[in-house]
Amino acid sequence: MLHAAYLMPLLPLAGFAVLAVAGRRLGDPWAGWLGTATVAGSFVVACITYAGLLQRTADRSFTQNLYTWIPVGGFQVKAALLIDPLSMTMALFVTGVSALIHLYSIGYMRGDPEYPKFFLYLNLFVASMLLLVLGDNLLFTFVGWEGVGVCSYWLIAFWYGRDSAASAGKKAFIYNRLADVGFLIAMFLVFDSTGTLQYHGIFAHLSSISPQARAAICLLLFAAAAGKSAQFPLFPWLADAMEGPTPVSALIHAATMVTAGVYLMCRINPILGLSHNSQLVVASVGVATAFIAATIACAQQDIKKVLAYSTVSQLGYMFLAVGTGAYMAAIFLMVAHAFFKALLFLGAGSVIHGLHDEQDLKKMGNLRKWMPLTTVTFVFGWLAIAGIPPLAGFWAKGDVLDNAYARFPGLWALGLITAALTAYYMSRLSALAFWGDDRWRAVLDKPSGGHDSHGVSSNDNVPHESPWVMALPLVILAALSLVGGALNFPWHASWTPLKWLAPVFGSRLFDAHQSSGLQWTLGIVDAVVAVIGLAVAIPLWTKRPDRPELEPAVLQRSYYLDDIYDATISKPGQALARFNATVVETKVIDGAVNGVARLARGVGGGVRRVQTGFVRQYALGIVLGAVALLAYMAARAVS
Amino acid sequence: MSVPGSYFLVLAALLFAIGALGLLVRRNVLVMFMCIELMLNAANLTFVTFSRMLNDIGGQALVFFVLVVAAAEVVVGLGIVVAIFRRRATTTADDLHMLKG
Repeated sequence: MLHAAYLMPLLPLAGFAVLAVAGRRLGDPWAGWLGTATVAGSFVVACITYAGLLQRTADRSFTQNLYTWIPVGGFQVKAALLIDPLSMTMALFVTGVSALIHLYSIGYMRGDPEYPKFFLYLNLFVASMLLLVLGDNLLFTFVGWEGVGVCSYWLIAFWYGRDSAASAGKKAFIYNRLADVGFLIAMFLVFDSTGTLQYHGIFAHLSSISPQARAAICLLLFAAAAGKSAQFPLFPWLADAMEGPTPVSALIHAATMVTAGVYLMCRINPILGLSHNSQLVVASVGVATAFIAATIACAQQDIKKVLAYSTVSQLGYMFLAVGTGAYMAAIFLMVAHAFFKALLFLGAGSVIHGLHDEQDLKKMGNLRKWMPLTTVTFVFGWLAIAGIPPLAGFWAKGDVLDNAYARFPGLWALGLITAALTAYYMSRLSALAFWGDDRWRAVLDKPSGGHDSHGVSSNDNVPHESPWVMALPLVILAALSLVGGALNFPWHASWTPLKWLAPVFGSRLFDAHQSSGLQWTLGIVDAVVAVIGLAVAIPLWTKRPDRPELEPAVLQRSYYLDDIYDATISKPGQALARFNATVVETKVIDGAVNGVARLARGVGGGVRRVQTGFVRQYALGIVLGAVALLAYMAARAVS
Repeated sequence: MSVPGSYFLVLAALLFAIGALGLLVRRNVLVMFMCIELMLNAANLTFVTFSRMLNDIGGQALVFFVLVVAAAEVVVGLGIVVAIFRRRATTTADDLHMLKG
């Protein structure tokens, strides 16, 4: 049952190939159904492989060698898939959530002129993510890593006719490339110390890596992960990534892309476990990101931007867990987050769809009357991310915070404040969108001039519920957000599906060993904090949507981070480019080229006088030359 | 009794010098051609003489090549002279300096 594993990345890849060749002929909606079917097939294969792995009791790690990719002397890289509990957990939720998002996209993208191309990129995105997750060595993972990066660029810039979308795509790509440098250098260091890039090989030769190299590898890979998973200071691209179609945001934020960094850090846990300073760095950056992003999310107006910063914040929690050594908590939160964040994004997409591409929260309000299904499912997502028991987010976030409390109490405190902020900004979003007055009437009464009308006629002037292909994923994800916490119930030893991950982490796994009394206390604290956030936000934002005093410009502009980068990196870069264009290009390069030409012309002008046109002069020259030569030779012969 | 080789060499040198001088001082293209022929044949005479003196047939073989090349050169050269004469009705070398740089 394990030998079909190669089908997991292959099926979406095949879907990509078919769509590349025949996408236009399949058209709307069959191209979408094909894309969805391949990813759903991939999910089925993942389930089969999962069952096969569960049947094994002792060694649940299986390597499927496909072929030798790079055979160069001592440098052998195989195209191989590593099937173990960690990669399998990732593969299951990646394929599952992606399949739902594909299904949703069939409805959401209807009527888009580039409909088949959207699913082409989507399929390649999922295939790349699966390569990343299932890769057996760093280089193969890197292929998926780059594939995810380039697909995100294509998808964020999908509506490239808009300048903002095109530059958001470039921004995502450049931030990711910047971080990838860390990945590459880390790979060089690993190969230099161990002579292999295969995960098992690296972990078997850990002793041959010097402690400094270990720390360097961990920090470089964390830099790469910070770019991909949008950690401070590399997170601004994820907010701009909202320029893409909403299903893309859901895909990037929930299933693929941003979880890659967390996965990578979990994958290299044996190296990370040996470098305590690196762990502290990871945890600190994680919790700082969580806090910063949560504060920014409190003041955003765009519904998708709030969700984007909430993703950054949740990813910060995951890195806090990774840094603490609580890898299982990180994976648990990642899976739970995939459920509720996909739900929130798809719900937001449904709202945007219903309001004819209106994303401004201040122009929504009272949508629960018009979009009941979206509202109900969204409420599940909202309560889940806010950490209200018994939804998935409560258990997952609680797991992270409990471990942080035991190891880094200072970071735990910041994490707890962030939890309150999370509940606050999510409640603000829900209150603004689904409660209050019908502020959307001002928008919908105007003639619709949407940039991407999805084939929706703008005759009806009330928000409308979405078609079933969009509603079904919402319902499934809402159910998963409700019961997702059952994946890792802390107080029941008999039912622990996530515990099968433990062998991957072994002794590196941090275990707090807290008494059940302490666990209860911490759980209650979490819940109380979440409820406080809710209780503050709901009355505040239901009554009045405009509260400038609670939305300071510094938060709305995300601490001016973009402006800082603009001033320190972008402006000098542009100045350098301008200097090169005006000075280096015209003076140095053109000067050299023109100088060579001028030299040739000058020499030619001087020498042309010799050519008089009189044949007899030439003959005289030849004779004189011959006489001179003879005289020289004669003189030599005599002496 | 035979004439010593050095006589032939002196003759060849004289012929060559006459040819070279003629090439430099005469302006008529046809006469210049004849001077070139004179020089070439002076060289041929030198080849044959050394061939006899050194008992090496290579020198005489080379003469044939020179003759063939000279014939070809005359053909091309006379062809050019005829073409120029048709156009400009002159065979004076100094009138033909249109190719100056």
